[in-house]
Amino acid sequence: MTGAFRPVRWRGGRLANRYAVWLLLALLAASSSASAQSLPATDSVRMSGPSRDSVLEAQVRQLSSELRCPVCQGLSLQDSPSELSQEMRDVIRDQLRAGRTPEQVTAYFVGKYGEWVLLEPEPQGFNLLIYVLPMLAVLAGAALLVVAMRRWTTPAGDAADEDTSAADADGAEATANDGGGGESPGPGARG
Amino acid sequence: MAVLAVVPFLALLGYGLTRDPKEIPSPLPGRAAPDFALPVFAIGDGSIPGPVPDTVRLASLRGDVVVLNFWASWCLACRDEHVPLVETARRYGGRGVHFFGVLYNDVPSNGLQWIRAMGGQSYPSLVDDRTRTAIDYGLYGVPETFFIGRDGRVAHKQVGPVTVALLEQKIDSLLAEPALVSP
Repeated sequence: MTGAFRPVRWRGGRLANRYAVWLLLALLAASSSASAQSLPATDSVRMSGPSRDSVLEAQVRQLSSELRCPVCQGLSLQDSPSELSQEMRDVIRDQLRAGRTPEQVTAYFVGKYGEWVLLEPEPQGFNLLIYVLPMLAVLAGAALLVVAMRRWTTPAGDAADEDTSAADADGAEATANDGGGGESPGPGARG
Repeated sequence: MAVLAVVPFLALLGYGLTRDPKEIPSPLPGRAAPDFALPVFAIGDGSIPGPVPDTVRLASLRGDVVVLNFWASWCLACRDEHVPLVETARRYGGRGVHFFGVLYNDVPSNGLQWIRAMGGQSYPSLVDDRTRTAIDYGLYGVPETFFIGRDGRVAHKQVGPVTVALLEQKIDSLLAEPALVSP
């Protein structure tokens, strides 16, 4: 595979650039709204529901998907088939039935297994890193993409202004390709 | 520029290598031991003097040292610590130290068979129906051993087999503490 990362150039470079940025923004917006939707599930479950049992079961499911199975690798109580998880789900059910709030049930397990038992640790202190780092990584990646796409889609003349030596070689190659109908693969394979 | 991003990342990964991912840090040491009332299914071989009740209540043992060992007949590591536990329990018997086995995720008939095959157990073993007591103690495997002081607090939690040296060291330090019974 020669030239796997060779930029494809076509006439509407500026237009493509704008589309790419919008696409990126839309993807970011979609991912953030998806994560926002999963949060208030407990409240809606507590408010409505046809019978008490189905409300209880929904609460058990919700809580056990937030707590980590102690004998598994990265599984929630809800997803784990182990006997200990089964018993722990029963403990959740019993405690809720006895009138404890979901917060009290969570606190019970944190008191026994430590904060380790929470699949989503509290965003405090050292834990903040795991919340901030992925966001920083996404932002850095997006910035990198924008810069890279701008470079790929900028017409040869502009590229020469921004980046002299490397873009010069690139530009010469691109004009040669444009002139030749673009059927033959470029000579300067970089990959 | 790239170094700025890569070096902290590698440092974080390096820090991760120094930690045991299977170990769950227990919040219990220093806190009051969760109370329990568990039925006895194996009363012990009689080498430790004193009556054995039908049901053991932790609350009634306040002022004494309690060694609580969670085990199972299917647990291989429990075989390694069987002799140290049996002999140390015998040596400290009648000195204000109580050993109890608690069967975890197992049935009493298997437990009894295992005890017989291992040559007996000097101290009583209890049944933990539906693993409620195990969960109360934040158990995530067997063997796990809890050392409970005279004040009713968990002093130490041992994950994995115990040795005679560890048992003696923990029990002696707990016996040396004044027998203050907090209300």
